[in-house]
Amino acid sequence: MSRQEDDHPHVFPEGRKPGEILFVSVTMMIALALLAGIPWQTTWLPGKGLAAQPRFWPALSLGGVVLFGLINALSRVRVARTPGRWQEAALWLRSLEFIGWYMLYVLAIPVIGYLAATLAFCTGLALRMGYRGRTVWIAAAFGLFVVLFFKTAMNVKIPAGAIYDHAPEQLRYILIRYF
Amino acid sequence: MDSFLSGIELLARWDVIAALLIGSIGGVLVGAMPGVGAAVAIAIALPVTFSLEPIVGLTLLLGIYGSSMFGGAIPAILVNTPGTPVNALTTYDGYPMTKRGESRRALSLAYSASFYGAVLSIGALMLLAPVLAKVAPMFGAREIFLAALLGIVLVVVTHRGQVLPAAILACLGIFLSTIGIEPSAYTQRFTFGQPWLQSGIDLIVVVLGLFAISQALVLLMSKDKPIVLPKVDKIGFFTQMRELWVYKRIATVASTFGVICGMIPGVGEFMSQFMSYSYAQRTSKTPELFGKGNPEGIVASEAANNSVPAAAMIPLLALGIPGEELTAMMLAVFYVHNVVPGPRLFAEQMDFIYALYISLFLLNVIVVAFLFFATRTMMKVMLIPNRFLGIMILTFSLIGVYTLRNSLTDVAIASAFGFFGFILKRLELPTSPVILGIVLGKLMEDRLRIAMARVREPMDFIDRPIALVLFLMILVAIIGQIWTVMKARHATGKGASNG
Repeated sequence: MSRQEDDHPHVFPEGRKPGEILFVSVTMMIALALLAGIPWQTTWLPGKGLAAQPRFWPALSLGGVVLFGLINALSRVRVARTPGRWQEAALWLRSLEFIGWYMLYVLAIPVIGYLAATLAFCTGLALRMGYRGRTVWIAAAFGLFVVLFFKTAMNVKIPAGAIYDHAPEQLRYILIRYF
Repeated sequence: MDSFLSGIELLARWDVIAALLIGSIGGVLVGAMPGVGAAVAIAIALPVTFSLEPIVGLTLLLGIYGSSMFGGAIPAILVNTPGTPVNALTTYDGYPMTKRGESRRALSLAYSASFYGAVLSIGALMLLAPVLAKVAPMFGAREIFLAALLGIVLVVVTHRGQVLPAAILACLGIFLSTIGIEPSAYTQRFTFGQPWLQSGIDLIVVVLGLFAISQALVLLMSKDKPIVLPKVDKIGFFTQMRELWVYKRIATVASTFGVICGMIPGVGEFMSQFMSYSYAQRTSKTPELFGKGNPEGIVASEAANNSVPAAAMIPLLALGIPGEELTAMMLAVFYVHNVVPGPRLFAEQMDFIYALYISLFLLNVIVVAFLFFATRTMMKVMLIPNRFLGIMILTFSLIGVYTLRNSLTDVAIASAFGFFGFILKRLELPTSPVILGIVLGKLMEDRLRIAMARVREPMDFIDRPIALVLFLMILVAIIGQIWTVMKARHATGKGASNG
């Protein structure tokens, strides 16, 4: 294949990214811890063949993680380390903020209802990302569209908000059914 | 003939036609948004399709699957950013053509090559799936086990330069498939006494986390880049389409590579486009122009990509073995609706099979017609800022994960896999080995247990022709990989000693 220009996206990843060894090491350690738990997290059935043992596949797969992890580590011994692994790990951890937002959104739905939670989530996250003015309104409109399409039109299974119980009788049904 | 007419009858309903239109056009749109792609869209749409009839749900997903790569070529050609990862090679020649003011020609070639590849692949599906379905009864437990193992081995060895991480991830996927109460002796495995782990880890929840939530995190953690759309002339697409005739040899060979790679579990689009592009360059009269705007490069890449989806349906429909993550998601829809792929499907529900063939063909016609008239309008989706797309994906993904069971646990598991997928994407490590590990791991465990009950000597396992062929293929794949590594090491060592 011809030598690609610098600004071309690549088909196969080129080189290793900082943090790969860290990631493989952590995965390997977790696999080792799980392997150590095999005797009390799985069962050995006397008189059954190896392939029929409930323990066989967990042991084989976890063993595979450890084995390939070790080979990977050995293949990297002579290779110069890629700098920036801890900065990369810090970036991974920073992404947990958005997981937090997401979990808050889900927790808010049974309390304030799908409509209010979605509007708050979309506009809140848009503001957090630094958008102002028209884009925040677009985010709110998008949130409204999602609720109208999925809950109002398609009636997807999402719990009603506890707050709806305080609404007048007639309005309560509409809120529970459509929003 | 009756089955064929029944197939048409199945499709001639407003809900199926609506699903086909929404899937096809929606697929093109998500394909044209760099950073979204078919996997994210299918992951989000998957739980929604569970409440639909099998043919409606499958048509919708097939539409997204088959059309996203058409859309992915647009940003690849116009702004040098592939809409879906498999359009990467299209940028090599598409973008230089745009810089030369030939964007219309490049887009037209991409659309026509994609259409050609897709139609050829549908022809292959129609011819080969029934043949494979006839051979399928010869697939006993050991053959299915070996075919699934071959899929795992191939998905690992085809990740060039990442074989060891891919092997780790495939093993991890297999391990995930073992969590919960196992189905033969009903003992618990790695449940840690938690009731919510007893039924195992739901594939849909993993898929949503690994594809949708992780991609949302990638986009939210990125920066918005200003995109300037180049001018695309209004008319002339149909006249430009004739140009594909000039490159018919490359289009045919690339489509054949796509069909072969699509049929073999674990190989898929990346390998097919790489092989096609290399072939086109090797046999071109102007190989030096590859990467600088050679139309042959676009034809090779796009014809190969688009011939994979229909071909990937061949092992899925005939044997129930998914070749890559998207067909693994399709398999989930089959099972939810009690449609079991395999020879019985061909014997008992041939109308359903015909309906799938026809919808695959129709979606390509719809997409090409849509693109020829609406390219200039839909180019605007590329202007949506990255981080705003992240907000959109996260909001949509809640529909998928929370509506399954209204379970906070599901959301937490999906979020955990989202975080895991985010790390994989940051490291440019593949996610497909995890998904194939989960799907094929379960299948392998089940089939090996059945097969070993009838095997006395180790050689009994491969004493049937299909089993022997599959075993040899596994052996060749592994030895080939070891050989490649040794050769690369040898070359590096030689280079170092010379240097």
